[in-house]
Amino acid sequence: MLEQIEGSRAVARALALCRPEVIPAYPISPQTHIVEALSAMVKSGELAPCEFVNVESEFAAMSVAIGASATGARTYTATASQGLLYMAEALYNASGLGLPVVMTVANRAIGAPINIWNDHSDSMSQRDSGWIQLYVESNQEAVDTHVLAFRLAEELSLPVMVCMDGFILTHAFERVDLPSAEQVDSFLPAYEPRQLLDPADPVSIGAMVGPEAFTEVKYLAHVKHLQALDLIPELSEQLGAELGRTQHGVLRRYRSEDAETIVVALGSVLGTIEDAVDQLRGQGVSIGAVGIKAFRPFPTEDVREALARAARVVVIEKALALGVGGILVQDVRNSLAGSRAGIYTVIAGLGGRPITTEGLCGLLTAAVADTLEATTFLDLNSDLVERELARARATRRSGPHAENLLRDIGVVAAGPV
Amino acid sequence: MFQVRFHGRGGQGVVTAAELLSVAAFQEGRHAQAFPSFGSERTGAPVVSFCRIDDHEIRTREPVSEPDALIVQDPTLLHQVDVFGGLRAEGYVLINSARSFDELGLGDWVTGFRRERLLTVPASEMARERLGAPRPNAALLGGLAALTGVVSLEAVKEAIVRRFAGSLAEGNSAAAEACFQFVSGARQVANA
Repeated sequence: MLEQIEGSRAVARALALCRPEVIPAYPISPQTHIVEALSAMVKSGELAPCEFVNVESEFAAMSVAIGASATGARTYTATASQGLLYMAEALYNASGLGLPVVMTVANRAIGAPINIWNDHSDSMSQRDSGWIQLYVESNQEAVDTHVLAFRLAEELSLPVMVCMDGFILTHAFERVDLPSAEQVDSFLPAYEPRQLLDPADPVSIGAMVGPEAFTEVKYLAHVKHLQALDLIPELSEQLGAELGRTQHGVLRRYRSEDAETIVVALGSVLGTIEDAVDQLRGQGVSIGAVGIKAFRPFPTEDVREALARAARVVVIEKALALGVGGILVQDVRNSLAGSRAGIYTVIAGLGGRPITTEGLCGLLTAAVADTLEATTFLDLNSDLVERELARARATRRSGPHAENLLRDIGVVAAGPV
Repeated sequence: MFQVRFHGRGGQGVVTAAELLSVAAFQEGRHAQAFPSFGSERTGAPVVSFCRIDDHEIRTREPVSEPDALIVQDPTLLHQVDVFGGLRAEGYVLINSARSFDELGLGDWVTGFRRERLLTVPASEMARERLGAPRPNAALLGGLAALTGVVSLEAVKEAIVRRFAGSLAEGNSAAAEACFQFVSGARQVANA
């Protein structure tokens, strides 16, 4: 049913249709509206049987999720930013044990400096935690992808993170076609666990494994990730048929088939990128975009194929590996091994800085002319940086960067007005 | 595409206003996208929200920098925040104030724009009388409907009724209607 609805609320409604049985959660912006809505549905009895556990931290949230999932309960939680970091140790346990927990990460920057706004630093920091990571472009895709995530997680016995941009998607009101209970039931069968903690039939899960089999256990998890590369398109097609709308598999292409320049990105910025592509195509520029939906596992072959004819590739990332540059670009470069395509990295949108169509058009025009630096920071205030560097050269006790910069630009408390 | 930017203070329903407008447009079969400026919400702090309305899917996620219409829920922001930034020359402005543009010190500024599209309205007073609280957001949406025609008053009232219950729904609907009538009347005078 078509509704004009907040992203978080739409996701909560879709999650309820997936019949989670245990939801351990701890609130943190910008994820809070999702679990808030779910807790209300549990309390009212609309979502039943389901136990909502108010835990004391994110570490507890993931630990309870592990326990619940091991007893055969369909388990969901959500977090963001420092909350994801706080559950890091348990994330590896969930994936290492092969427990199909589904979690929303409402992407948000990581401090310090403290910042509640969107970028991808949080989920990128857990890219090798063994969780499948799916990034969504719109709230419609967020809704559909959560339904897909449970089926994918349970078929593979692996945990899945659905990464949706905090605030930009979670707090946006837009048109969403919500699936019906019948459609979700038809696509998502009851959870049949591969391993189960059952007092009537006791087993142990989580044994210590030494050098004799540790590599093999890890290798098996790797094999399951590689299986996901085939399973994601297959399930996407099934879900698409059920819901009557196209589901992108591991990636999506936008006007990229004949494009000389292809922009690669993750998440909601793809919408703005598509507008920029249309604008530049209108000026006769041969340009398109490829959105990566499955970042873990990384669809190396599909990316190679999608970028095969491009003369240049511009990877736009909302995260920064200090001392290196881009993160996504490393996997894209790996996909393009042997290709002569020029590869540009653009770091953009950190800590909620808006990425505008105008800014993208300027950037991409420079890329097409090959006047772009190999690694570019979109809309970087170089004067501000130079001033602080000069201060650091001039004075030993030059003080904290964050406070110095805020003073220079005349902001007393952080935040756009 | 029609883009609206709302300025107000935390607690005045600035984010709700953008959401209600998007629901009103959706009810009329249009595509709409509403979102806040994502600040740390604090009562009294300047807040910005946005709404885009179009006949096809809206893909961009950037803030509205060149609005077709501006709603200023709190006139004390006029000297604190660049509320008019990027306003299109053909743009509409609705300011919540019982005072005129001249009295607000904006007499010179308005000359650069289409004067009949700029209006001050005592929306807080309209809300106080009908809602029992000076929360001007719903009233201003009624005013926007009259000023721009981008949505109908009926769609605004429908969005209000879907969002609120009981006396809140009634009070806000009545305030929206009152402001709609006020703006319609003012426009007739301007056009006479």
